[in-house]
Amino acid sequence: MDEARIARRGLSPRLWLAGGWLLLALLAAIFAPLIAPQDPLAQDLMLERLPPFWLDGAEPGYWLGTDSLGRDLLSRLIFGGRIAFIVAFAAATSACLIGSALGLIAGYFGGWADRIISRVVDVWMAFPPVLFAILLVAVLGTSLSSVILAIAIIDWTRFCRVIRAEAMSQARMDYVESARIAGYGRTGIMLREVLPNVLPSVVALLSLEMGIAVIVEAILSFVNLSISTDDPTWGSIIAEGRLSIHQAWWVLVFPLITLILTVLSFSQFGEALKARFDPVLR
Amino acid sequence: MLLQRFLVRLLTMLVTLFGVAIVVFVVIRVAPGDPIAMMLPPGASDDDIARLRALYGLDKSIVQQFFIWLGGVLHGDFGTSISLRQDVLGLVFDRLPATLELATVALLMAIALGATAAILGARSRGTAVEASIDIASGATLSIPDFLWGLVLILLFGVLVPVFDISGRVSPELDLPFVTQFYLVESLLRLRFDLTWDLLKHMLMPAVALALPLAAIIAQLLKQSLKEVLDLDYVVLARVKGFSETQVILREALKNAALPTLTLVGVQFTFLIGGTVIVERLFSYEGLGNMAIDAVINRDLPLIQGIVLVFALLFVLINLAVDMMYALLNPRLRHG
Repeated sequence: MDEARIARRGLSPRLWLAGGWLLLALLAAIFAPLIAPQDPLAQDLMLERLPPFWLDGAEPGYWLGTDSLGRDLLSRLIFGGRIAFIVAFAAATSACLIGSALGLIAGYFGGWADRIISRVVDVWMAFPPVLFAILLVAVLGTSLSSVILAIAIIDWTRFCRVIRAEAMSQARMDYVESARIAGYGRTGIMLREVLPNVLPSVVALLSLEMGIAVIVEAILSFVNLSISTDDPTWGSIIAEGRLSIHQAWWVLVFPLITLILTVLSFSQFGEALKARFDPVLR
Repeated sequence: MLLQRFLVRLLTMLVTLFGVAIVVFVVIRVAPGDPIAMMLPPGASDDDIARLRALYGLDKSIVQQFFIWLGGVLHGDFGTSISLRQDVLGLVFDRLPATLELATVALLMAIALGATAAILGARSRGTAVEASIDIASGATLSIPDFLWGLVLILLFGVLVPVFDISGRVSPELDLPFVTQFYLVESLLRLRFDLTWDLLKHMLMPAVALALPLAAIIAQLLKQSLKEVLDLDYVVLARVKGFSETQVILREALKNAALPTLTLVGVQFTFLIGGTVIVERLFSYEGLGNMAIDAVINRDLPLIQGIVLVFALLFVLINLAVDMMYALLNPRLRHG
């Protein structure tokens, strides 16, 4: 118990740091047109490969330098955050809804429902996820909605497996039995009693999944299969950075740091939330 | 008991593979964009297109196509790649060894690194060493292989360019190999110069793949070690005068390793899944890299073949781990 309490107190700074970064990045993305110092699409070959502000040759107003087409890196990162957060929220929520619903049904009702859902999960787990994502986006066509749909189609199993296991153990507990004796219907018990108890796991997974969605979007952009417009995404900036790595390292370094901070924050935030909601740790 | 378990697993495995075959078959046929039209020069007559469609069997219904393909697969015929115009199975077998070698090297690295961290952490439990191992493994775990790959490219490809960050082997080298298992063959032929060159190319992508898994192994194995270290027989070994490290290596490790083993199996499939993008990142000529090209070129037969081979690999690994677990676990062995 003491250990748990210490662990929980130790989580607080993590929660603040992670939450702080996510809030900052989110606000920057929302207010991008107001914050970004330059037009993220404006090309200027006179300004190509300007270094970040502390190096010789930097131009004021181009804080993190420019890419090989003279576009301002900071502005592109800020605008890229918009796609990242839209994908993170939309894809993770969709995956969560599909996976949790199927997981609850499989875990709580068991029987044929469980057998069918578990087989489908097995099939899904036998696909290399990145290849599956690339394949789906290639099939669905490159657009924001295909990216979101592809991630939801692939990653619902993450929720399904965990929620199924939790719902199974909840279904065997006394309180479920007493609710049944008290005359509640099965679906009613599932939604009113079992669902609230698996919610901490869902919330933690959801936060984790947002981080994963950001990465998958970046990977898709990297192989040139994300949204097809000129709008900057973190992955497309990384892809450009990878190409000009020997001439302009900053084009790769800054989006990489942004991605790492974001992914770390989502996972730390999720773990902290789980610890906070978990009745055992509380 | 064991045999029955094996047969049940084998059956589920076949069902899973059949499911994968159906899913991939349906998914890629919903795709807009005609692969045949992409093969022909503009201005090809409708007649030519129709003939080529018939050649690749694309003029039949989806259900017919599926069973024709499945029948072929069962006979070892995976069809012909549309973009490379070669036998799919041959192409896959040409590339698979590169991916297997990369994944195996990465797995070994992950086990070595993770076990070392776990033993170190368990040995110095309750100290700052354990706390820093916890923090390091927590952070390492959260960063996926794709990002590790980019970090490594920056650190060791650009900042301190000591390792190769592109390709599988230096192109100017003369390769005497007859199989595609370059690494294994270089060792067997005692050509250690080639082994070194291969390893230098493999190191960065392998580390990128290994780090997240190493972190998971470190966490789980340390946890099981700590549990085992409080048991009577371990305490007895300690009383007998063995040092803490000896106690861990000789007594605790073999009993603590079982839960980790199961997890490593599942995680190994994730690692193999990760090779797809990591190979791309490092221009490593493996199966994953070819898969991405196949998708971009809408090469249906090749995509099907590669996905199926990956799926086969995944279920085989799971089967192997399950059997290993059953063999090593005394409760299941006699149960």
